[in-house]
Amino acid sequence: MSHLLEVRQVTKIFKGGTKALDNISFFVEDDKPSIIAIAGESGSGKTTLGMMALGFVMPTMGQVLYAGHDLQKLSGRESTNFRKEVQAVFQDPFAAYNPFYKVDHIMEVPIANFHLAKSEAEARRMMEEALVSVGLRPEETLGRFPHQLSGGQRQRMAVARALLLRPKLLVADEPVSMVDASLRATILESLNKLNKELAVTILYITHDLTTAYHVCDFIIVLYRGSVMEAGEVDTVIGNPQHPYTQLLIDSIPWPDLQRQWGQQEIITTDEDKSSASRTGCKFAGRCPHVMDKCKVSPPPLYQLDDQHVAACYLYDNQPVMRGEQLGTLFKSKRSTLPANGVATGVVP
Amino acid sequence: MTKPILRVEDLDVQYYTDAGVVYANNHINFELRPGERLGLVGESGSGKSTLALAILRMIKPPGKIAAGHIMLDDIDLVTLSEEEMRQTRSSQISMVPQGAMNSLNPVMRVKDQLLDTMVDHDMGLTHPQMEKLAIDALKAVELDPRVGMMYPHELSGGMKQRACIAIAIVMAPKVIIADEPTSALDVVTQRQVMQTIGRIQKEMGSAVILIGHDMGLMAQFVDRLAVMYAGKMAELGSVQDIFTEPLHPYTQMLIDSLPVLGKRGVFHGIPGITPLLRDLPPGCVFHDRCPHAMPICKEVDPAFAMHTPNHWAACHLYPNSASNEVAGAISGAVPSGTTKS
Repeated sequence: MSHLLEVRQVTKIFKGGTKALDNISFFVEDDKPSIIAIAGESGSGKTTLGMMALGFVMPTMGQVLYAGHDLQKLSGRESTNFRKEVQAVFQDPFAAYNPFYKVDHIMEVPIANFHLAKSEAEARRMMEEALVSVGLRPEETLGRFPHQLSGGQRQRMAVARALLLRPKLLVADEPVSMVDASLRATILESLNKLNKELAVTILYITHDLTTAYHVCDFIIVLYRGSVMEAGEVDTVIGNPQHPYTQLLIDSIPWPDLQRQWGQQEIITTDEDKSSASRTGCKFAGRCPHVMDKCKVSPPPLYQLDDQHVAACYLYDNQPVMRGEQLGTLFKSKRSTLPANGVATGVVP
Repeated sequence: MTKPILRVEDLDVQYYTDAGVVYANNHINFELRPGERLGLVGESGSGKSTLALAILRMIKPPGKIAAGHIMLDDIDLVTLSEEEMRQTRSSQISMVPQGAMNSLNPVMRVKDQLLDTMVDHDMGLTHPQMEKLAIDALKAVELDPRVGMMYPHELSGGMKQRACIAIAIVMAPKVIIADEPTSALDVVTQRQVMQTIGRIQKEMGSAVILIGHDMGLMAQFVDRLAVMYAGKMAELGSVQDIFTEPLHPYTQMLIDSLPVLGKRGVFHGIPGITPLLRDLPPGCVFHDRCPHAMPICKEVDPAFAMHTPNHWAACHLYPNSASNEVAGAISGAVPSGTTKS
């Protein structure tokens, strides 16, 4: 069976030699739609990966396949199908709209392009339904210009547009980072609803691990184009094993007075860009546990349990998972989520 | 009880636009004590950045400070001349801007930008003395003195933000206003920059006003928190009180909407939208989104009053408003457990 989306040993080198992605593989199935976070700091390659899933950026090496078809070799019909089934919500709710058109425009265009409605009345009904399902009142939104809506309303409208097309895959690139805190929950809830009720698989691209934790089932943590850690979100965020993920999670200012911010020392070094981290582990230059072998070759993914891997030599007594198998982590959801901080049975 | 360094009294800021008067700040009252960290949170359009600009007297036409006083020590900033105010900025009150990327002069070396500030304010120092201060400021923000010879485009985002902090602190101001200083930075860099701001503020004994909407950052950094909604102060109290016993329904819902560990997949948004500042509803500005709205809320604007010790809120749910005194700091020191390192 082919996967819904498969990223196969993808490397992307931009003009000028920036390596945005370095041999990344994963896949998502469509039988059990989940929300998968692609998390990382700026420069981690997360947005490039999202752009690739949307077919906007082509890999330098490797392949991206949608329903078994290579995105670089889609036929006309396959391409139309791909454009309909794969939708996007972007970061900036201001830039996503053409200020000269009423907001209805972003919903009318896909309805017309994909012949979704037989009459204007039906089109109108579809738009209203989509708006209601993301918690917007059609009478307050339709017929207005983008500047008349708030950022939160616009962003929810972008989600509504995506859901109008009944996509199978939604790529959401930082959908809440420019939205006020009080509205974030509402947008995340819309995404969650999309996933649960309409069975849409969502790639949630973010630098914000708190919202990723909140809305996602699984997470892939990227650092400078490579996978550092991946797995079930409760385990990865509640009990991170890779030193990089540990540093990230320690640096999050949690809105929780019981938690102490930043217990871990931050190592800054110019060695980051040195040849050592180019040949070895990308994080070697900043890692508090760095060993000699870390500088020689990049660590493979070590399997910590059936839904948790970390690319770190600290766990070299664990079985190795081939990069191409990363998607198997996301196959099945656990019926019950483990409590936070439960040990995975792996001690560094 | 230490004397407040900054006291904002009944401040009104309005913008006179073609579409009508925008009431950006309405009857804002609060005090800030030396060494204190005050957080100012609110949604976009709640007036928090306007308040920061008003304190710096940087509101530009068509906006103006319509009423109220901003007392820095015993000087009312509202009455100062433009030139007096210009001398006060940087030396007494300074600002760490939001977009470090756009705040530095791209064709000037970092150190020259530091010197520029000092020369402009005529500190009565010789050039070598100022040079030393500039180097000290760079060291204080953990930048290599060599960075002083670099141009902004040669610096990373975190380094640029540090350079901005260096400019803000080079004259050891009494009050530092930081408007979302880390919103463009990664979490690890954010933590480093905030730690730097915190350490310098402690060393200099300055007070900090941190503006933003990241409640997590507030929880981890500030001592007291002011919550603004639609141009008004909704609630003010110690960060402990605000997080554990929020009084105002808006604050309650805001706290409830936050993603914390252990509450996965639970979503509590705040329904409805913020009213337009040029078309504020009568009564309480939050009444149309409030789950506890009563008939009085639609008619009478609740006073901003102290309900429990050092915990103020503007809400009719708490009628026994003991006093209307200026929202001051906590008597003496901050309650134990809230001091941030």
